[in-house]
Amino acid sequence: MADTALEQLKRSGKIVVVGASLAGLRAAETMREKGFAGSLTLIGDEPYEPYDRPPLSKQVLLGKGDAEHTALPRRRAIDAEWRLGVAASGLDMAARKVLLADGEEVPYDRLLIATGVRARAWPNEAERELDGVFTLRTREDGAALARSLNAGPRRVLVIGAGFTGSEIASACRERGLEVTVAERGDAPLVGALGGVIGAVAAELHRENGVDLRTGIMVTGLEGDATGRVRAAHLSDGTTLECDVVVASLGAQRNTEWLTGSGLGAGPRGIACDAGCRAFDIRGIVTDDVYVAGDVARSPHALFGYQFLSLEHWGNAVAQADTAAHNMLSESTDRRPHLWVPAFWSSQFGVNIKSVGVPSMGTEIMITQGSRAERRFTGVYGYQGRVIGAVTFDNSRWLQFYEQQIEATAPFPPPFTTVDRRSDGQRPIPADFPDPSVPTHGPTITLSGYSPADRRITFTPAGH
Amino acid sequence: MSHGILSQILDYANRANPYPLYEELRKTPVFHDGTGPYVISTYYDIQSLLHDPRLSSDSRNLAATAGDPLAEDGGEEATALPPSFLKLDPPEHDRLRRMTNRPFGPPHSPRRVDGMRDGLRDIVTGLIDNLGDTEGIDLVDQFAYPFPVTMICQLLGVPREDEARFHVWADTLAASLDPDPDSDPAERQRSTHDSRMELGMYLAGLIEERRKKPGDDMLSQLAVGHGPDDSMSTMELLSTAALLLIAGHETTVNLITNGMLTLLRNPDVLAQLRQDSRLAVPLVEELLRFEPPVQLLPQRTPLVDIEVRGTTIPKGSSMWLILASGNRDPGRFKDPDRFDPHRKDIQHLGLGSGIHSCFGAPLARLEAQLALSELARRLENPRLLEDPPPYRQNAVLRGPRHLRIACDGIRPA
Ligand SMILES: Cc1cc2nc3c(=O)[nH]c(=O)nc-3n(C[C@H](O)[C@H](O)[C@H](O)COP(=O)(O)OP(=O)(O)OC[C@H]3O[C@@H](n4cnc5c(N)ncnc54)[C@H](O)[C@@H]3O)c2cc1C
Repeated sequence: MADTALEQLKRSGKIVVVGASLAGLRAAETMREKGFAGSLTLIGDEPYEPYDRPPLSKQVLLGKGDAEHTALPRRRAIDAEWRLGVAASGLDMAARKVLLADGEEVPYDRLLIATGVRARAWPNEAERELDGVFTLRTREDGAALARSLNAGPRRVLVIGAGFTGSEIASACRERGLEVTVAERGDAPLVGALGGVIGAVAAELHRENGVDLRTGIMVTGLEGDATGRVRAAHLSDGTTLECDVVVASLGAQRNTEWLTGSGLGAGPRGIACDAGCRAFDIRGIVTDDVYVAGDVARSPHALFGYQFLSLEHWGNAVAQADTAAHNMLSESTDRRPHLWVPAFWSSQFGVNIKSVGVPSMGTEIMITQGSRAERRFTGVYGYQGRVIGAVTFDNSRWLQFYEQQIEATAPFPPPFTTVDRRSDGQRPIPADFPDPSVPTHGPTITLSGYSPADRRITFTPAGH
Repeated sequence: MSHGILSQILDYANRANPYPLYEELRKTPVFHDGTGPYVISTYYDIQSLLHDPRLSSDSRNLAATAGDPLAEDGGEEATALPPSFLKLDPPEHDRLRRMTNRPFGPPHSPRRVDGMRDGLRDIVTGLIDNLGDTEGIDLVDQFAYPFPVTMICQLLGVPREDEARFHVWADTLAASLDPDPDSDPAERQRSTHDSRMELGMYLAGLIEERRKKPGDDMLSQLAVGHGPDDSMSTMELLSTAALLLIAGHETTVNLITNGMLTLLRNPDVLAQLRQDSRLAVPLVEELLRFEPPVQLLPQRTPLVDIEVRGTTIPKGSSMWLILASGNRDPGRFKDPDRFDPHRKDIQHLGLGSGIHSCFGAPLARLEAQLALSELARRLENPRLLEDPPPYRQNAVLRGPRHLRIACDGIRPA
């Protein structure tokens, strides 16, 4: 075989992965599977080997599993050099080097960035330092929060009713703890699934004994003399006594370390092409820097080539796989990452799943089951086509709706289905909040403009 | 496409090895010979149709002209037993299946099946101890049949002594799924009807007793009923009980027998299993792919015209999904005709998929794992006396009627 640059890379090249979690690990495994025999370095700022996050807000808070025991199962040995507990602090693209916080430099031939997101902290610094104030993203967060729930607090306050906040509230109720949820929007999950489904989620909260307060902001937290949180002040002028507070305000992308590197990285993530190759700030695609997972932002053909950032487990796995494949392939053998977004959550005993991009939808139709029974399928429509779907305890049908999204099938669906009820005969407005009004963070961020959307005028610079 | 391939599949002469016919069938992924059912035979098509909400399992949606040789279902209405959840769509299906699941599986009875492990092992041990003359064992009559039957009786709370009575009914009802070309349809319909009636009356009596004096068995718990869905009506309870009893009879028997037959045809695998009983878990999965006890689902009909691979299947048509063919689809599985218990990629269709996926799967798996690993461990030098063995008539619930084997002796338990 000809000794191409690619063969050389595979045999003795240096690949560096920054972000040693789900996407980083899966990419590394794929690279070895594809016969990469060179040196592989995984850099992670957390001191642990890769672990799984979804159980943190589910089993761990219920006391059914330890935060320490959520290590990700390995699909194969990867024979990597692990640099754990040290953050990457910079990138020199010209010299092909990653700079570490401890001053070391790690050279690469190919770089994969999988630094994910972090929890958005409670904005007031003094208040977030109070004992009893938490966020939930890492294993340490999970362990600490579980401990504080074990201690039997009198009242937990969850700020933000997105998926994570709702799961935390659900876990509290399952343990018999009093919990208040304060949500700036009109309903839980409204940013991800819209008001029609948000209303169902709100009922779910209330029926399960959550003190749900919507249209409310927490304006401040108050501590006692020992520095423990004891109350929260709400925008309606009331004060709520609570001894545990979880700020569940969505996520921020871990891209600061790339500032000044010239890579197209910012608060919305790192822009890349459909093949996971990162763009530089000039909009030119790089050849040696790849991106995967929560930190990536890539255009999707099914959704008008809008750039999607997804905080979805399955996306991290699939995108890591594609990135790894492409890193080790000739340009003609590369594959696009065209994964149809899919997400799951479980709360209050209900299994919630979604596919596609519900938040792009303007209308929704309940095609099966009923909202009153909390067992249904809702299909989202956008400009006359199916763009997303959500199921509550109805996930066995989801595959079909995923195919409908892939086939850009018409909306409303023109056919009968089993279990169609009278309230599912017609689409209704999906009722998403105005995107300029912040709610809790959604798990899908759409960015970039659709070509139909001529909002900016381009004025080329004079020569 | 050879003509009459469906009748060849149904023809008893091809029962021992229908797989070449399935291979032929897959060349026309949506097969329809003008009058009969629409037959779907490739993996991905079956898989996606099992998740397609436009497909109904309720035979009341079948057009009168659907022309399905398996669908002479008059027997059901005549007995006035309502259809079991196997033959219903949501929301009725979901409600009944959910209620049935309460005493059987998670989240309400999370350890029920696993808790049966010791009991199952005792039955297996007893049956093997009593195999008798090792020069002529009929593994079906002496082992594969009595084992699951004893178990389903215990689970449901049906007296094992009555087995002789409901054995006949169960046999007749299972046979009603099969269009035996040699039998007189009117006669068959009559005997199906009678069997359902008698089985219904028998179960009604039992349920009455359980209502008065509930035990720990599933019938008692279903009869008493609790939970947000309320309880089942007596008629619903009867058809559910009949479904469980028959499904508990006629499928695991074939899984175990097919399993032993396959092992005896693959002595290297049998030896591996004897060495390490943990192999039983992946082995049973591969078996469910390779020789599934339910070969095809004849019970689907579209609610509207649907398109599959460019063919429009009209509303109300009868559709058959050939699970066993999908399981051997080279478009899905590498080297599909090879029995390989070490296969990693094994998302088979052997237990169906979607909302009707096999209700008893956890129990069936456990029974087959225990049965096969114990047989492998205890039978010394087992060998087939007849290959292929004689099969049952049934093309849907396919399996050997007898499996004659011999061995040099029986190792102690
Ligand atoms: C509580 C919780 C529940 C969830 N539940 C679900 C669910 O039910 N369903 C679902 O689909 N998804 C769920 N998710 C989302 C899912 O966990 C993420 O999509 C997934 O973890 C993304 O993987 P990733 O590798 O891209 O990023 P991450 O898992 O965030 O990993 C990024 C890693 O990079 C490290 N890092 C960051 N910056 C640097 C740096 N400069 N140098 C070195 N290392 C760095 C981070 O510390 C982290 O370890 C949940 C997430 C959380 C937190």
